[in-house]
Amino acid sequence: MIKVEWAYWLAAALFALAGLMRLRDDDAKRFGSGAFWILLAFTFVYGSWVVDGSGNAMIEGIAVIVLALLAGAGFPTKGSERTTSDAERGKLAERFGWKIFVPALLIPLVAVVIGRWGSNVKFGGNALFEIKQEALIGLAIGAIVALTGAMLLVRERHLDVPFREGNRLLGSIGWAAILPQFLATLGVLFTQAKIGDAVGDLVHKVLPNGQVFLAVVVYCVGMFVFTVIMGNAFAAFPVMTAAIGWPVLVQQFDGNPPAIFAVGMLAGFCGTLCTPMAANFNLVPAALLELKDQYGPIKAQIPTAIPLLACNIAIMYLWCIPR
Amino acid sequence: MWVLLAVGVVVVGFALRLNSMLVVTVAGIVAGLIGGLDVKQIVESFGTGFAGARSVSLFVLVLPIIGLVERYGLQQEARRLIGRLAGLTAGRLLVIYLAIRQVTAAFGLTAIGGPAQAVRPIVSPMAEAAAERTHGKLSERKREKVASYAASSDTVGLFFGEDVFFAIGSILLITGFVDTTYHLNLDPFDIAKWAIPTAVCAFVIHGFRMLMLDRQLKPIPADTDSAEVTR
Repeated sequence: MIKVEWAYWLAAALFALAGLMRLRDDDAKRFGSGAFWILLAFTFVYGSWVVDGSGNAMIEGIAVIVLALLAGAGFPTKGSERTTSDAERGKLAERFGWKIFVPALLIPLVAVVIGRWGSNVKFGGNALFEIKQEALIGLAIGAIVALTGAMLLVRERHLDVPFREGNRLLGSIGWAAILPQFLATLGVLFTQAKIGDAVGDLVHKVLPNGQVFLAVVVYCVGMFVFTVIMGNAFAAFPVMTAAIGWPVLVQQFDGNPPAIFAVGMLAGFCGTLCTPMAANFNLVPAALLELKDQYGPIKAQIPTAIPLLACNIAIMYLWCIPR
Repeated sequence: MWVLLAVGVVVVGFALRLNSMLVVTVAGIVAGLIGGLDVKQIVESFGTGFAGARSVSLFVLVLPIIGLVERYGLQQEARRLIGRLAGLTAGRLLVIYLAIRQVTAAFGLTAIGGPAQAVRPIVSPMAEAAAERTHGKLSERKREKVASYAASSDTVGLFFGEDVFFAIGSILLITGFVDTTYHLNLDPFDIAKWAIPTAVCAFVIHGFRMLMLDRQLKPIPADTDSAEVTR
């Protein structure tokens, strides 16, 4: 059976390679930068044992905190870049034409096919892909297939070239590449510290009694604000629903449960558009696009998120609760 | 109530633009300490949390491919293609991409698109090329604006398309949580159906704003940094 852990080990190999390449540069920052990527590779491999309970979470935790300290000290920095110039790329674009898109499109194609239908594939009576992990395994296999296809297409003979190019991109993203993972970790600590309960108490205090419209507003705006804080509507949903969605909107005002919950979740998604805490959707794109303003995508999204939140309030008030 | 201080650490840290990794780490430690965890438990939580969230970083697997095809002229080819489609402005292009992203996500095909595999190599260069054809060389500020809008059309399309698909994570989270907590038996299709009105609103609002982008790109005389364009 193909396991999702293998995909993480593949990512670990990529990080380790990036670290080794970085160590072979000759600038002063190469040691800290190389250490960052190699330590990250370690957490991805050792994480397999931490997840199944046989590893020591303390060791993983110390490694993670050292990663944060390295990032705080300004590592990793960009390494040396040996790539083609804009003029060369213009010529190459004419040579390869539309075919150069094929590898980029192969990734989603393979990922989607395996993600959607992979669970039906059997091998020796068992599922070929680890159950429920088909999407992530599909992404990894898609990357391998696309890389092979790209190497054949451009007839690149040097195996190190794609990894140097990958290292170039990884270098320009820097520690932002793992910030989303860090924020997910913070979510775990927030949950253990019972931040959700504190917010729930707060909502109970401001909750107006007996007014349908205000209750709808508090539920939707609460989902929005709590999502902005946690960076994740999934964390906000149980808290806000337990505080108001279920007891007030459904039980007291007879709201239609599937409609209330669906629209409430979408009000939370409006919050995701506005928060740096949702780094994978908002900060990583800024890093990938090499923007100077890391909040550029958020600024482009806020003017959509606010009216859309108002739409969700209107939809819930007008159609989801009988009067 | 004091645990909300940890939230304050995050808000202040992000507002002051301190290093986000340090801010997050300090906030986690503050939350843990106020929440009554000891140091050992906090460090272990960092370990288990990080190991359990490795999936969100798995996008790095596509970087060698994207880097390789960029080396061989992918972004330049994206620009060339746009050059042939007269009448396609940056705003119109992003509306089309928004529609594609939303509809495919509504059928559960969320792996199409994404910042690493679609926005950086294809959508953003195309939008920049379309903007440059209509408005001439872009100032750095305007280039950033076009790229930010390209990223936003990907994210908005994904968020307000995926919930129309019944087997997506957020729908399953809703049924999982309310069915066990309140002993309901909700049909995921019923929940997904109620995501449609918001999906339509999202397309209208964000699509309109994408079209307005073309107007905002018109040269402003006071645009002083247009000389420093080197890309």
